Amino acid sequence: MPRRTDIRSILVIGSGPIVIGQACEFDYAGVQACKVLRREGFRIVLVNSNPATIMTDPQMADATYIEPLTPEIVEKIIEQEKPDALLPTVGGQTGLNLAMKLAESGILERHGVRLIGASPRAIALAEDRELFKQAMLDAGLGVPLGETVTTVERALEVAARIGYPVLVRPSFTLGGSGGGVAHNETQLRDVADRGLRASPVTQVLIEQSVIGWKEYELEVMRDRADNFVVVCSIENLDPMGVHTGDSITVAPAMTLTDRELQRLREMAKVVIRTIGVETGGSNIQFAVDPRTGTPLVIEMNPRVSRSSALASKATGFPIAKIAALLAVGYTLDEIPNDITRVTPASFEPSLDYVVVKVPRWAFEKFPGVDPTLGPQMKSVGEVMAIGTTFNEALQKALRGLEIGAIGFGAFAGQRRAGLEPIEPADDDLRIPTARRIFHVADALRAGWDIERISALTGYDPWFVAQMRQIIDVEAALAQHTLDTIPPDLLREAKEHGFSDAHIASVLHTAGDGEKGTGSGDSAVHPPSPAPRPPSDMDVRARRKALGILPVYHRIDTCAAEFEAHTPYLYSTYASADESDVTDRPKAIILGGGPNRIGQGIEFDYCCVHASFALRDLGYETIMINCNPETVSTDYDTSDRLYFEPLTLEDVLNIWENESGLAGQGDREIRRHGDTNVAALSLSPIPFFSSSPVPMLVQFGGQTPLNLAKGLVAAGVPIWGTSQDAIDLAEDRGRFSELLQRLDIMQPESGMAADLQGARRVAQRIGYPVLVRPSYVLGGRAMAIAYDDEGLAQYIHEAAQISAGQPVLIDRYLEDAFEIDVDAVGDGERLVIGGIMEHVEEAGVHSGDSAMVMPPYKVSAYHLSIIRDEAVRIGLALGVKGLMNIQFALKDDEVYVLEVNPRSSRTVPFVAKATGVPLARIAAQVAAGKKLADLGFTQEPPLDGFFVKEAVLPFDKFPGAAVVLSPEMRSTGEVMGHASTFGHAFAKAELGANQRIPTGGGALLTVNDYDKGAIGRIARDLAKLGFTLYATRGTAAWLHQLGLAAEVVNKVSEGSPHTVDLLASGKVGLVISTPLGSRAYADGQALRSAAIRYGVVLVTTLTGAAATVSAIRALRQKALRVRSLQEHHRNRQH
Amino acid sequence: MMKKVRALLALEDGTIWPGYALGAIGERAGEVVFNTSMTGYQEVLTDPSYYGQIVVMTAPHIGNTGVNIEDDESRRAWVSGFVVRSVSPRASNWRATQPLAEYLASNGIVAITGVDTRALVRHIRSQGAMRAVLSSHDPEPQRMIAAARAAPSMQGLDLVPHVTCAEPYHWVEGSPAGWGHGETAAQQGQATYHVVAYDFGIKRNILRLLAEQGCRITVVPATTPAADVLALHPDGVFLSNGPGDPAAVTYGIQAVRDLLGKTPIFGICLGHQILGLALGGTTYKLHFGHRGSNQPVRSSDTMHVEISSHNHGFAVDAASLPEGVEVTHSNLNDGCVEGLRVRDLRAFGVQYHPEAAPGPHDARYLFRQFVELMARSRPA
Repeated sequence: MPRRTDIRSILVIGSGPIVIGQACEFDYAGVQACKVLRREGFRIVLVNSNPATIMTDPQMADATYIEPLTPEIVEKIIEQEKPDALLPTVGGQTGLNLAMKLAESGILERHGVRLIGASPRAIALAEDRELFKQAMLDAGLGVPLGETVTTVERALEVAARIGYPVLVRPSFTLGGSGGGVAHNETQLRDVADRGLRASPVTQVLIEQSVIGWKEYELEVMRDRADNFVVVCSIENLDPMGVHTGDSITVAPAMTLTDRELQRLREMAKVVIRTIGVETGGSNIQFAVDPRTGTPLVIEMNPRVSRSSALASKATGFPIAKIAALLAVGYTLDEIPNDITRVTPASFEPSLDYVVVKVPRWAFEKFPGVDPTLGPQMKSVGEVMAIGTTFNEALQKALRGLEIGAIGFGAFAGQRRAGLEPIEPADDDLRIPTARRIFHVADALRAGWDIERISALTGYDPWFVAQMRQIIDVEAALAQHTLDTIPPDLLREAKEHGFSDAHIASVLHTAGDGEKGTGSGDSAVHPPSPAPRPPSDMDVRARRKALGILPVYHRIDTCAAEFEAHTPYLYSTYASADESDVTDRPKAIILGGGPNRIGQGIEFDYCCVHASFALRDLGYETIMINCNPETVSTDYDTSDRLYFEPLTLEDVLNIWENESGLAGQGDREIRRHGDTNVAALSLSPIPFFSSSPVPMLVQFGGQTPLNLAKGLVAAGVPIWGTSQDAIDLAEDRGRFSELLQRLDIMQPESGMAADLQGARRVAQRIGYPVLVRPSYVLGGRAMAIAYDDEGLAQYIHEAAQISAGQPVLIDRYLEDAFEIDVDAVGDGERLVIGGIMEHVEEAGVHSGDSAMVMPPYKVSAYHLSIIRDEAVRIGLALGVKGLMNIQFALKDDEVYVLEVNPRSSRTVPFVAKATGVPLARIAAQVAAGKKLADLGFTQEPPLDGFFVKEAVLPFDKFPGAAVVLSPEMRSTGEVMGHASTFGHAFAKAELGANQRIPTGGGALLTVNDYDKGAIGRIARDLAKLGFTLYATRGTAAWLHQLGLAAEVVNKVSEGSPHTVDLLASGKVGLVISTPLGSRAYADGQALRSAAIRYGVVLVTTLTGAAATVSAIRALRQKALRVRSLQEHHRNRQH
Repeated sequence: MMKKVRALLALEDGTIWPGYALGAIGERAGEVVFNTSMTGYQEVLTDPSYYGQIVVMTAPHIGNTGVNIEDDESRRAWVSGFVVRSVSPRASNWRATQPLAEYLASNGIVAITGVDTRALVRHIRSQGAMRAVLSSHDPEPQRMIAAARAAPSMQGLDLVPHVTCAEPYHWVEGSPAGWGHGETAAQQGQATYHVVAYDFGIKRNILRLLAEQGCRITVVPATTPAADVLALHPDGVFLSNGPGDPAAVTYGIQAVRDLLGKTPIFGICLGHQILGLALGGTTYKLHFGHRGSNQPVRSSDTMHVEISSHNHGFAVDAASLPEGVEVTHSNLNDGCVEGLRVRDLRAFGVQYHPEAAPGPHDARYLFRQFVELMARSRPA
């Protein structure tokens, strides 16, 4: 069936800001959908509030709206654009929920917009747990027993009937938000209450627990001719009870017989038909009883999902793209498979490799949060790795996490781990946490048997048996030194996925003595000069000398049955290389690795732009990354994609391969050097003069920068800003000298190795001080110390975070404004891309602060100083490419806080606001173009105001301190734009799910220092008609000013207190400013409650002032919408 | 770590593929082919159609779920040799009764693990299926290559006599308990149809699914003449799958010629090819065949695409088919004939495996169609 002809334009809904449970996989999905639908000739209208996405690039759609994802706003877009159809299935849960609201409220019908991809009936059936279960039961499929309830009392009754433990699953929430497990009545009261509040429809499912059962997912597709395919099966290593987003997962399923797999497939077919998904993809989850094989249907997502992004990357089958084509009427057999080109999409990929995904968490950022994994997703990112075997893939994934792991149970800096095994406690294995997989390694080293480990963890024994092999190989390696290691053993270790670093760490040197018992002897015998332990580079050299080199296989969807035309590659240790390296001019772009707080989609955006820019310059583009959620790891984005961990070893291997430096002569001797291995005749090695391929390291955030030194040392040419300049900017001493030479101010600072030293520095520069370890990302472990006591506590904690690293101490500029500048330099010229003022005062991490372009409270005089200093710093550093500078403005003085000669988090925001693609320009400059050639010589003008607001995950982390600080904790961002600051700010807040009230009650509770400034804000709120409530101290101050404010108890003063007031629903706005470093128990209870009740919470006075501007603007004029294309068109005229 | 004994696979083109011994120690010759199913190695091992073949599995981990008593497709394992990338050190499944390595050894199957199977498969893809020798007994390359060249070629080879039953037998069982529809009508003595099944190497799941459709089955040796079959007064005749070159199964082709028009006929795989030959068509050898569980086949009746299980090295030549023979199914990957039908003669066949085992169950409706055909053929 050909495509529909009754539709000409399609509205695509994105998923909004990155939050836990909904990350950049939906940018990947949305980009695929937009690209293919435009190619099909449809007019695409796109709405997404997240400016950091590739999908919101103006060239991805005909009309791009970076606007809040609310029904009111989308209705305005519909009125303006009059689309024929709406595609809700590529925008995650957000897109689906919004589409449902639009459908239910009659907006779609009113404007004649048809839902495509999934019908409202199918969405309702899949999303409403009760309806879903009933439908499954009616279709003869098994589901866990349970019932949907709307009150805690009813929850208790149901649990009593089906027996504890029970799962609590709120309806219509993301990533299982608000869910939990209850083992008894007391727990259930709490969990059910939280779940009911989390659900937008106050509904939770109380369900028979299948905790400990095996968990499987099938990614399936169905077209309107009822053709059905399973794209991928996924097995969760962590059994039921851990959210699949927090599970280590494996594709394809490893421990099912064909009979069992086909039973799940048949069930999936019934599910998708019953729910009625007729033109798209779905994710269906199953629980399987390991003792009896009994399968139950758990849930189904009638849309593109995180798992489907993973499945797409795992198989080479682009689910979102195909789903979009099905939605416009094609059938699977009409769509070609891009990779084989000769076969259709109506097939099921066969994998001759194993894919492992490991989540990445950020618990270190949220002290006080329960790190136990459960039904509510807590991870902030993930790594995917591909290997021929499970072990190879697992070890690649673990080293790709960038948490210091160099393999299974091995960490950088550890010598001879495992020789004196650390016996884990049973609970280390029983309780699912981020560390459990590493405890399993310890247990295996300690000789625990597979059954015991499997029983405690719920991991299928098959996986544990595989892991046992890793530990066995490790033990064999530990018997050898670098010189004695047998080639076969070294090869075997590489086949099991060992990194060179891991091998180096377990090999013994003469000084290690016998199995680690030698240390006792040294007292008796004078120690002979111990030989240096081997480094990863030593192992590398030895390995290469032995001809043990990786080869690259292609992801081909078909287990080699057909030829693959797409160079989507992964490394493995086998005999035949399939990379077919070309001798075209080329460049390698290093991606950003797993998403974590501080490094997310913004950097992937920059990498993708760099790739597009270089391709347009005629280079063959080569991407290396291991994050399956991203656009950069779409095989369509770059000419060649290496899905590999971003470690020095893996990156150098690729570089040597692409540069023709891989020593092909050795390659022929693979296994059994005496035999004439067939592979010889398979892959004629192209001979061309080898030349080192240049690499771009400035786009992927901190990840590639961390590798830069090693890459340069290995001879890799780095395009763009030099390694020396990067080092200069990161080295405090050198950087201070530079600023002094340039006569640019920076806050007084010092460095200290211990508490005494730190006290001395603090006394010299005066409290409060900003303290942080050197070389960290996202303000990790950054804090403000107000006195000696706070400083001591900090130094104590810092020692644990980065032992041996000095601590940096800066004067903390209280009440300063911060300003961010993004710029591009070409070595001769530096052009500013955008200047952003932070809405929150200094002390809030720039990633967590709202920002506005243009600066709305900085004088032209100060702006000219900022511009001048930025240019002088950029030229002094010789920046070739992107640079970000943070300035602070205090008491009329401009200070430089930090310079990063690389892409920054704000680059996409600036690009969206100005219409100037900074990352693209930077890549062109890095490749040797001049800014003048590119026509970018002047800071771009702005029309109106653009506000970027951070989105914080406090709702996912009950117990976390709800306050902005120097430690970055936001996961994502939204943008609001309008002709006035107030409207732009209101939109940004709305996008961040903070619906600023235009009237009603406002609760004020501020610290003593802020009392002076709260008066004006309170007065304005009162004028705008708000009823004021305040805690005693604040109220007294307001009364002095003659403002009426009702006194409310603090929580510690007893009921009725502030939290009761919030519960009553009388208050829509809370302004609560914490003080200093004290534990603010009262404020914390209030702020947590605000998050829980969805009340707008402002924790800084500058934020409060901005909120007042927004309220004023909203009362004057309703919000309006405008597409980026329209905006930039007008700006140019 | 397991003690490793070197083993070798040598191909007639002179390439050799090293690995380690698995299963029985010995040496076997056969045609080397690959199967892309990610699950179902037990079904593959016990499928008589693989007689005379050394099967390479593309899935890297084989043996994960061990073997169990329910998933055998016949009374024994038939492959000449078995080639895997990584054999599982243990079986993990609630139904498993034995680890794979043990099963292979006790069934005398010579196998090899640790082989770079992807490179081998790419080699077969480009060079075609070919003769090979697998040895864990004396892995000497030159001798083995010579032995591979001396092995008989699949073309023109009738392998059916090795796998067919010696005597007729009856079949009434459905799927194992818990997997099917409970006791079949035949088990209760209430079968509606009597099917005579030619055993060219029949898979059990075909028998089970026929039984579940209300049939009782008499399985007869491949050489049974048509007259003997007709004497059993069948409601329909089934032509089974099996190994080797269909054109060499002359007795089968003759029997089907004699049966055509006299009783409803349904053929699967080799049975389908024999039907095609009996109708006057010809067959040809594919470059490397179709073996896997993910092949898209489209029905020309419904235009619906079935994801199907395949295991064939030969195919019916569409151009050779006389008038009146409809091609009902074709492969969307390579256009190969996957099904044919002659309405007047009440005969149809499919090249692929609606009984799956291993593979998706999309094509099970064909068994129902056979029963419907038998129903329509009954005197009113």
